[in-house]
Amino acid sequence: MSIDKETARRVAHLARIEVADDHLEHLAEELSGILGFMEQLNEVDVAGVEPMTSVTPMRLPRRADLVIEGDQQVAILKNAPDAREGFFAVPKVVE
Amino acid sequence: MSELNTLTIADARDKLRTKEISAVELTKACNAAVAASDALNAYSVKTPEAALEQAVAADVWIAAGDAPDMCGIPLGIKDLFCTKGVNSQAASNILVGFKPEYESTVTGKLWDQGAVMLGKLNMDEFAMGSSNETSAYGPVISPWRRDGSEVALTPGGSSGGSAAAVSGDLCLGATGTDTGGSIRQPAAFTGIVGVKPTYGRVSRWGTIAFASSLDQAGPMTKTVRDSAIILSAISGHDTKDSTSADRAVPDFEAALTGDISGKKIGIPKEYRLDGMPEEIEKIWAQGADMLRDAGAEIVDVSLPHTKYALPAYYVLAPAEASSNLARYDGVKFGHRAKLEAGEGIHEMYARTRAEGFGKEVQRRVMIGAYVLSAGFYDAYYRKAQRVRTLIKNDFENVYAAGVDAILTPATPSAAFGLGEMKNVDPIKMYLNDVFTVTVNLAGLPGVSIPAGLDAQGLPLGLQLIGKPWEEADMLNTAFALERSVGFAFKAEKWW
Repeated sequence: MSIDKETARRVAHLARIEVADDHLEHLAEELSGILGFMEQLNEVDVAGVEPMTSVTPMRLPRRADLVIEGDQQVAILKNAPDAREGFFAVPKVVE
Repeated sequence: MSELNTLTIADARDKLRTKEISAVELTKACNAAVAASDALNAYSVKTPEAALEQAVAADVWIAAGDAPDMCGIPLGIKDLFCTKGVNSQAASNILVGFKPEYESTVTGKLWDQGAVMLGKLNMDEFAMGSSNETSAYGPVISPWRRDGSEVALTPGGSSGGSAAAVSGDLCLGATGTDTGGSIRQPAAFTGIVGVKPTYGRVSRWGTIAFASSLDQAGPMTKTVRDSAIILSAISGHDTKDSTSADRAVPDFEAALTGDISGKKIGIPKEYRLDGMPEEIEKIWAQGADMLRDAGAEIVDVSLPHTKYALPAYYVLAPAEASSNLARYDGVKFGHRAKLEAGEGIHEMYARTRAEGFGKEVQRRVMIGAYVLSAGFYDAYYRKAQRVRTLIKNDFENVYAAGVDAILTPATPSAAFGLGEMKNVDPIKMYLNDVFTVTVNLAGLPGVSIPAGLDAQGLPLGLQLIGKPWEEADMLNTAFALERSVGFAFKAEKWW
């Protein structure tokens, strides 16, 4: 599967990574190369094979829905690039 | 007493108990070695004062008796582990200045047992790489050089700082993480031992995630015994990691008897690659002979889907990474891009990630987004998950036939020069993982041990793959092989 410039633009958008317009062509080429490598998987007959979704067959453990380590506002905001009045601050989202 | 940093963990433990040395002396020797190691670029953060404080406390504990094996042992910690109050950046600019408010389970266990942290170790960015060249701190330089050459070589990756630090005696042991070979490949490149435990043996909590269904932390050490000691210290159930196994942890060191008589060791024919250097074929055959001489039975086995492990891995790992790395958006921690007038939150996300992530990480996040996107999910992601089932079945069939462990080369080549792979296709770099990646896909334990030097004087490693949860048995076989090999080479100090 070879991907074109427009698909590269869409993938960059999906990944939320800014890519300059004049770099899209190169990106498309690079991604095509990697996807080409994955095409080998088409040689494998997987009819009737279950997809592996967990490494060790196990039921996910459950626990009571209780606050374990609450009241951590200061610690949580400590590394924020911008925090104000106990919240993460970001540029305006809603007009 | 200036050479204390060259001790093994087992020897240091014993000398600490007989009071021949103190944890403070040991830590000072390591701090000095670390301070003089800038040419290797192995440490991204050095914490000599905090290390000394921990060493003082360790001496008190040892004097009181009943101290655990790891008490007073100076370690290096891969930058992927969150360490409270100490920069933990996964060697990425996007986590610039990130000082966690919490401690990873692995490092927490080590400090609770009295171990000493010398600092954080350089690595490939977000553990994505096989040469350490994707690090935001710049590459680690291997202590090893080719005979008669001064060309800078890679220590391997992604745990390249850990490998360089252990092989260059900049710590007694180190933590690493292994998603596709990131412990075993650098261990092989630098002549040390590296263990990737069974998936679920070691808690992933507080370890910065790359691909959650493949990531496992493990020890990197000078000997198999030292790896057994660290593995016992960091293993165990953790309610904070829902995939951590609720199983008893054996005493891995006690399992090292060296007796492997009657064990069945499989040699998989699919690991014999076209164009593989003859030297690697040779050490592989020698390794099999040594195990046979030690009483094991060597049998040919087949793992028919081996060829498809790498392409499956390079669908699954980027898919998981694109999801895990979605959290780096400039809001909660790390780097945030500056905005122009009129720009908003969407520009902030996309520019923060463009500025913060390096090239290889961007490539993988985008590949991951693509294979998970509508219309391609079944063709790539589901397909790769099905192939993963087949790869796991291959191993299950071999083990069901009575095989106890599988012997393979650890890597398809010795260490290469830094920059040598710079302009080649990214796939060529991915081929480094060809012998190790199957183990992550199947969730199995694997260990790389040094097996000899190539014609240029560089280390080559062999890998043993064990049955799930049978690390003790696997390490015992590795111990027997280590004794037969008698690898006594060290990189000559040039830094």
